[in-house]
Amino acid sequence: MADAFFCKPSLTDLSPKKLTGEDSRYDEGWRLAGKRETLRLRAEILHSIRRFFRERDYLEVDTPILIPAPAPESHIDAIACGFQYLQTSPELCMKRLLAAGYPRLFQICRCFREAERGTRHLPEFTLLEWYAQGKDYLFLMEECEALLRFLAVTLYGKEEITFQGSRIDLSAPWERLSVNEAFLRYGGISARQTLAEDIFDEVLVSRIESRLGIERPTFLYDYPVELAALARAKPNDPSLAERFELYLAGIELANAFSELIDPVEQSRRFEEAQQQRRALGKSPYPWPERFLRALSAMPPSTGIALGIDRLVMLMTDRAFIDDVVAFPPERL
Amino acid sequence: MYSASDLRKNLRIKLEGDPYIITEFNFVKPGKGQALYRCKLKNMITGNQFERTFRSVDNFEAADLQEKKMQFLYTEEDRYCFMDNTSYEQIFLTADQVGDAAHFLIDNLEVEILLFEDKPLGISLPNFVDLVVTKADPWAKGDTVSGNTKPVTLQTGYQIMVPPFIEEGEKIRVDTRTGEYLTRVKG
Repeated sequence: MADAFFCKPSLTDLSPKKLTGEDSRYDEGWRLAGKRETLRLRAEILHSIRRFFRERDYLEVDTPILIPAPAPESHIDAIACGFQYLQTSPELCMKRLLAAGYPRLFQICRCFREAERGTRHLPEFTLLEWYAQGKDYLFLMEECEALLRFLAVTLYGKEEITFQGSRIDLSAPWERLSVNEAFLRYGGISARQTLAEDIFDEVLVSRIESRLGIERPTFLYDYPVELAALARAKPNDPSLAERFELYLAGIELANAFSELIDPVEQSRRFEEAQQQRRALGKSPYPWPERFLRALSAMPPSTGIALGIDRLVMLMTDRAFIDDVVAFPPERL
Repeated sequence: MYSASDLRKNLRIKLEGDPYIITEFNFVKPGKGQALYRCKLKNMITGNQFERTFRSVDNFEAADLQEKKMQFLYTEEDRYCFMDNTSYEQIFLTADQVGDAAHFLIDNLEVEILLFEDKPLGISLPNFVDLVVTKADPWAKGDTVSGNTKPVTLQTGYQIMVPPFIEEGEKIRVDTRTGEYLTRVKG
C-alpha cells in the first residue's frame, strides 16, 4: 500500500540521504538558496494569476482534495487514501458548482497522480482550473492568450518569453492547428489511422509535440471524440470533440473542453473508461453519482486545467520541473 | 524481468537477442493519454543507437551480461588496465570502451567490468566516487547561501561546478551517472 505513494527514483531525482548518508551541513541550504529567484517568480506568478481572474469576475474556490470518487479516466490513476482518493483534478466539484449557478470559477490546488514522474511530471503538482458558463473552448483560447501575455508583461514588461535559448512571441495571433492537420503535417499519418493502429499517443509524443509552440504558442484542437471523456462533441462532426491542448516550446501546458453536459452520454463514456481500466488490469473507481446527477442542471460551459509547475518552468526558463519546486518528492 | 516502470538510464535490457543499454530515458504522458517511456537504446556490441517508446504493459528481459569486479591499475597510451583481485588476471579496455568513466577513474578504484561472452564491453563505476579537488579559487567567506557555483578541477583533471565553500585539497563526492557534485566529504 505504501508503495502507491512513491515513484521509482530516476536519474534526475537522486536521493542522497538514502544513498550516501547526510548531506554536509551546507548542502541543503545551498541547494535551496539556488532556487530563491525561481521561487520568488513562482510566487509572483501565482499572485498575478489571482489578480487576472479577480479582474475578470472569477470567483476563487477551494474544493476538497480528499474525494470519494475521481472522474473515471482510462489513463489517470488516483492515489488511494484510506477509503477515499486524493483528487487527480478538481473538475467534478467545480462542475457541481457551475450546475448550481456559479457563472465563473477558478481554483489553484494540489492534485495527485500515481506514478507520474519525469522531467515534466511530479506525482504531486499544482493545477489551475477555470470555468465559464455560457462560453465554449474558443473563448478559453482567447483567455489563455490574455493570461500568458498578462504574466509576461507583469514579470518582464514585454509580450514574449525566452525558453532554453528560443524566443516565444506571445502577441496575437497564436497558432491554431487541428489534431488531424498536425498528424498529417508532422506525422505523415491521419489521427484516425493512428487510432485504428493504436499508436496515437506514440506518434503524438515522438513526432508531433516537439514541433508545437516553437515561435509562438500552439493550440492543438479538435481531438477524436474517444480521447475526450468529458468534452462535448462538435455539433457538425460528432467524431470530434471540442477539446484543445495548449503547447509552448513542445511542452503541454493546458487542456480545455467545451464541457459535456449530457448526463446520459457522460455515463456512457465513464462506463467505457471503467471497462478500459479493467482491461488494463486497473481497478475501476467508485461511480461519481452526485456529479452525474448535478450534470443535468449544468448550463453550457467551458473549462480548462493548466499546469502551474510547467507554467513556472516556461516563465522562468527552467528545463526541469524539479527546478521550480522547493522539494521534489525524492528530497523529502 | 523488468516492467516499463523499471526502465531508467543505464539499465541494460535484452531486445531481439542483443544486449542494449538505455542511454537516455524520459517518462512522458500526453494529456489524457497513457504513460509512455521514451528510451534511447544503444546496442552494446555494435554501438548502434535508436529511439523507442514503450508502454507500461511492456516487459523486458535483463541483458545476460557478466559483471566482474576489477581494480583500475594504470593507463598506457590510450589503453586502460584493470586487474581481477582474486585471479590477478589483467585486461585492457580502449578509451572508447571506458568513455566518460575516465573522468572518475582513480588508482585502485574498484569498478565492474562488463563482459559479453568473455570479451570486455565496457565498465560501470560505483554510483558515487570521492575525488580530491586539486584546483579551486579560494572561498570568499560569507558566500554560503548565494546558491552560486564555481568551477574546480579534480584529481583526474575533470572540471566540475561546486558550491563556493569547497576549497582546494578537500574531497568531494561526485555522482558518476550525472557527473555532478553531490556533497562535501569530511576527513
